[in-house]
Amino acid sequence: MPNSPSHAAITATGLRKSFGDHSVLDGIDFHVPEGTIFSLLGPNGAGKTTVVRILSTLLRPDGGEARVGGHDVAREPDAVRAAIGVTGQFSAVDDLLTGEENMILMADLHHLGRREGRRRAADLLARFDLVEAAKQRPATYSGGMRRRLDLAMGLVGNPRIVFLDEPTTGLDPRSRRTMWRIVRDLVAGGVTIFLTTQYLEEADQLADRVALLDRGRLVAEGTPGELKRRVPGGHVRLAFADADALETAVRTLDGAARDDDALTLRVPTDGSVGSLKAVLDRLDDRSLAVDGLSLHTPDLDDVFLALTGRPDSGKVELR
Amino acid sequence: MNFLTLWANDSATMLRRNLRHIRRYPSLTLLLVGTPVVILLLFVYVFGGTLGAGLGGVSGGRAAYVDYVAPGIILLTVAGAVQGTAITVAMDTADGIIARFRSMAISRASVLTGHVLSSMIQCMLSVAIVVVVALLVGFRPTTGPAEWVGAIGIIAMVAWALTWLTVALGLVTKSVEAASNLPQPLILLPFFGSGFVPTDSMPTGLRWFAEYQPFTPIVETLRGLLLGTAIGDSALLSVAWCAAITLIGFVWARALYDRDLVR
Repeated sequence: MPNSPSHAAITATGLRKSFGDHSVLDGIDFHVPEGTIFSLLGPNGAGKTTVVRILSTLLRPDGGEARVGGHDVAREPDAVRAAIGVTGQFSAVDDLLTGEENMILMADLHHLGRREGRRRAADLLARFDLVEAAKQRPATYSGGMRRRLDLAMGLVGNPRIVFLDEPTTGLDPRSRRTMWRIVRDLVAGGVTIFLTTQYLEEADQLADRVALLDRGRLVAEGTPGELKRRVPGGHVRLAFADADALETAVRTLDGAARDDDALTLRVPTDGSVGSLKAVLDRLDDRSLAVDGLSLHTPDLDDVFLALTGRPDSGKVELR
Repeated sequence: MNFLTLWANDSATMLRRNLRHIRRYPSLTLLLVGTPVVILLLFVYVFGGTLGAGLGGVSGGRAAYVDYVAPGIILLTVAGAVQGTAITVAMDTADGIIARFRSMAISRASVLTGHVLSSMIQCMLSVAIVVVVALLVGFRPTTGPAEWVGAIGIIAMVAWALTWLTVALGLVTKSVEAASNLPQPLILLPFFGSGFVPTDSMPTGLRWFAEYQPFTPIVETLRGLLLGTAIGDSALLSVAWCAAITLIGFVWARALYDRDLVR
């Protein structure tokens, strides 16, 4: 990982924030290289939005330092604001203006000039599949359309760094995939993305690096792959028709964990085809009939549970 | 772009946005203009005959009361119109669009400037409509163009002061509903002054309040400019009150707007 600050789009050092007695961020450090997607993952109330608000100059940190686009958020907020686009958890669009008017409002505030502003607005509306809805007010939009308009508004100024605060929370799976495609396109264009999410799959799908935020502290950071390697490997789950078959299987396969009630067996595996084939071959040798088989590879959910030590992280939703 | 150009550009953009809001949300303007018109008609046609007789003087009656109450109704219009400011500011805060503006490299003052300017325009148009209705029901100002200009100046000054105050009220509330309730007392103030009846007809405690509250010197100044009654030190008191309210509203609104924000 390059550690030179000149290649970092965002760095945070010892970031702290409390609201009254309640400490929300308790010394956060991270660094996001240019042109990558960094995902801050955590349950509701972990402090994700507070981090975004500090980095987007909306909130003063109590301690620590943050630099965005090479500028200190506390000392040069306007330079930071000029470099960023922000899309919040709750779509900040003007409901009394049409989609197009919302875009032109942003263009005017970026002083793009009438023609360039209109061209840019039309471009983004087309890119985000909002051309037909452009003359309508956002009140008539679906949740996904609102979120797309919100993001499009944040991109009018051609920001190099984009903050996406839970961009797909509350969206249906189709809109979520559309949003993912848009995010990937942005990064392909060289934009740095800072993404917060409570969906493990989203971080896994999109992020180059993931940091797990829990109760105001980063409990782990790394690539999705690195994090997955930090938890016990995956397993094959085999289901049998009766207790006798299960009994035979237990004797055949080493290291398997049995569940007598469900008549299933968990066999550790690294998830490779070879290891899977070895398991099946041994069952085949004994002519054992298997009722069902499922392969479980470790995902970020396992990582989260392993690192926070809380199996009941009910607030983290697995998608 | 220097500070002033940036401020002027962005304020113009914000003003266009807010004026568009006024056009897209006509029911609010209708309510803001409708209320003083209804009160005007109520006071002229229902109470006017009796109240006019109580005014004393030569003519008396309904015709005299129209002249007496019109300046009070004009101020009531201003006090009512600025409620729209609190509502639109609170709507912007609730929508999160103010947070969006604050995270952009725009003139920070422009968001509030846009609200204040559009609110001034809405307010002065509302007053114009109410004045026309007052003229239609018999309001007969007796003074010349110079006094009219002075009267418009006083109205604009009051609108300016109350708009800054209601911008702050819109920012301090947590919901749009609260923002529409908070400035309500402003509407009542003209009643507890010399807006509708002379203060010397009131019981002692109320009379004391009526004589010292800001709307009374403002009404007296307006009445003097439009109808030629004595103004005395009311003009000076009006200016002082408006300056004080503007200062408080401005400082308060700026502090609320900048709250938590990285400088």
